[in-house]
Amino acid sequence: MEIIEIIGAFTTLIGSIFILLGSVGMVRMPDFYNRIQTGTKASTLGTMLSLLGIGLIHLDWGGKIVVLILFVLMTNPVSSHVIARAAHFTKISLTGKTVVDKLTKKKFKLKKDN
Amino acid sequence: MIDTILTIAAVLIMIAIFLSAYRFIIGPDLVDRVISFDVIGVASIALITIITHFANRMIYLDIAIVYGLLSFLGVIIIARYLEKGL
Repeated sequence: MEIIEIIGAFTTLIGSIFILLGSVGMVRMPDFYNRIQTGTKASTLGTMLSLLGIGLIHLDWGGKIVVLILFVLMTNPVSSHVIARAAHFTKISLTGKTVVDKLTKKKFKLKKDN
Repeated sequence: MIDTILTIAAVLIMIAIFLSAYRFIIGPDLVDRVISFDVIGVASIALITIITHFANRMIYLDIAIVYGLLSFLGVIIIARYLEKGL
């Protein structure tokens, strides 16, 4: 048991905690756009940390692990951007607490919450 | 010790997949279901990698690559269908 394997195991644990927090945000957020914010960013970082931890444990699997990390890093923001654009064009409604929307001319009034 | 920590990580990822499946069931629109499908796919890549450590076979990483590719293509195709039709 070397020290680099323990570092890899804790990196994988931190990554899985990020994935869990992203999924909790998927349940709790009030709006589709907030859900896409918390879901894809946190899960992308968590998956990259988990893959990096497994790559530190097994150093001889490094090539495929690097390919997987680059693949997740390139494809996941693209897919979230595309689905957010499609959702805005199909007029998915915003939440009631929205302050600014730069893609439309509609003005929002600032509500004072108590 | 390493196996214990990785088992805890696998259990946390499974809980995350179940929470996303809950959003998949109750999601009010189609795009909510699509984005929860995307989160389930990305979490499954990490879970497949941890299973690869337990089975000690490098060939399982190829399954993770193909799984991520199919998840990405599914999201892109549904977004194009929503925007202008297939």
